[in-house]
Amino acid sequence: MTEAEFTSASFYQALHDKKLMGTRCQGCEAVYLPPRQVCPHCHSREVDWVELCGEGKLLTFTTIAVGTSQMLAQGYSRSRHYCCGIVALDEGPRVCALVVGVDAQKPDGIEIGTAVSVAFPEEAGKPAVLAFRARAGHKAFS
Amino acid sequence: MAHKMNRMAAIVGAGTSKLGAFPDKLGRELFTEAFTDMLGSVDRGIKTADIEALYVGSAAPLSFEGQAHLAPIIADQVGLINKPAIRVESACASGGLALREGIIGIASGLYDVVLVGGVEKMTNLPTSEVTDVLAAFSDSPYESRVGITFPGAYALLATAYRHKYGLTEEQLMAVAIKNHQNGALNPKAQFCCSIRDIMTSRLAKMKEKGQPVPNWTSEMDFLKDREANPIVAWPLRLFDCSPITDGAACVLLVAEHLAKSFTDTPIYVIGSGQASDYSLSGREDLTTLASARAASRHAYDMAGVRPKDIQLAEVHDCFTIAEIIATEDLGFFEPGEGGRAVEQGITALQGAIPINPSGGLKAKGHPVGASGIAQVVEVWYQMRGKAGARQINRDVHLALTHNVGAHGASCLVHIYERR
Repeated sequence: MTEAEFTSASFYQALHDKKLMGTRCQGCEAVYLPPRQVCPHCHSREVDWVELCGEGKLLTFTTIAVGTSQMLAQGYSRSRHYCCGIVALDEGPRVCALVVGVDAQKPDGIEIGTAVSVAFPEEAGKPAVLAFRARAGHKAFS
Repeated sequence: MAHKMNRMAAIVGAGTSKLGAFPDKLGRELFTEAFTDMLGSVDRGIKTADIEALYVGSAAPLSFEGQAHLAPIIADQVGLINKPAIRVESACASGGLALREGIIGIASGLYDVVLVGGVEKMTNLPTSEVTDVLAAFSDSPYESRVGITFPGAYALLATAYRHKYGLTEEQLMAVAIKNHQNGALNPKAQFCCSIRDIMTSRLAKMKEKGQPVPNWTSEMDFLKDREANPIVAWPLRLFDCSPITDGAACVLLVAEHLAKSFTDTPIYVIGSGQASDYSLSGREDLTTLASARAASRHAYDMAGVRPKDIQLAEVHDCFTIAEIIATEDLGFFEPGEGGRAVEQGITALQGAIPINPSGGLKAKGHPVGASGIAQVVEVWYQMRGKAGARQINRDVHLALTHNVGAHGASCLVHIYERR
């Protein structure tokens, strides 16, 4: 992984390999996910890969009825919604993700601040999608 | 550091096509309709031959109607061949960007007379494909890939805003009700009708078909009905979203020293601001658009005016939450106060600061690349006292437009003065 280029392809390959990888700036230590080749904070071009623990909290979310065609192809519809959110990872960076383990038909029951863990893609061959699962203790729905 | 223009540009003509769904018209034909409307608006006339360059904003003509390299096609349609023809793109702020580039062309001294416009022909595609095209204006490999649609992106902001400030669904609905009331007075609007009109016509249809008739007594009853107003991306419902629209708009921009030779009442563009922002996940605060705050700061500083000086604004209400956030980002209200302001009628047509007298994107329609210019056309009519039934009932000499690209990844703000 340390040899991999700082690209989207490397990030998604790592996700397939059940690793959540970000980049850390050698100059200012800022951690980014998605990976970056240039630090937007201090503009250093010296970055390293860093594995993230995959734990975080839900900052905001929505449940989507009129989905992208990719999500419709997975069986979501106007009567079967899915949940997307922004997750604040314990290491600091925030990331957009699909949120599973919540009842997307009942958004009033989903709470900001819910603890979530990365849910690695199970099926090989399909394009990997970054997903997080609401952790046990939350009013979970499997 | 306030940017200054070497010389100012003035608007001396403005026009739009009808906005709506026109299966039998190409984008270029809608642009020509707007161009013809504009020609008729120049008080002392303009010869097409005197126009030196064309700037046209269009967000995704290749995806929407299979037409790349749009600018020469538009130039050909309106008779501007063998001159610079430039298409600019900034997602739903493409129109606003075309205006800014036209202003820069004039400020540079290169041109004295330019045509600035926008066009989008969206309704050829089914809703599912439009959803994908719009989702691609976000950070595609990281945002749309996880399923975030365009309404979904604004819903993420709405949820964060709701959590921080206690936004109510009635406040969102009040934006839609207000903008449809204004749109009902705009003959060019896609929805030239109030939400009460829509409700009444639905009730009549249900009665006619012998279906059970819901007990709606107000617009709010109608909007709270999950069947009539279904969720698109919670907490946003159908009537929180602007429609899919075909349309075009254009304005004629001239160097300030020439303005009075075209009309006694030119509208000067005294401030222009543009800024970009991180993708959603890179943002510190999800209840404001930093791009809009930066662009408005630049525009206010260039114009030398403050938010309290602005008498009306056309803002980018692609979703109801977007208008609430816009009125705060522009400095009209404190953070968290925009929802209450619309409920209290402060932003109504004859309120203290009218917002979206045209009906906004919500009711007038949102042909994405044209919307930024359609806003300017409304300001032009309002400032010249020619907005008909929706005319603001006081003299407007300072106005503002706010045009957002995607979920605030870009924003353009312009300030106008009638002298």
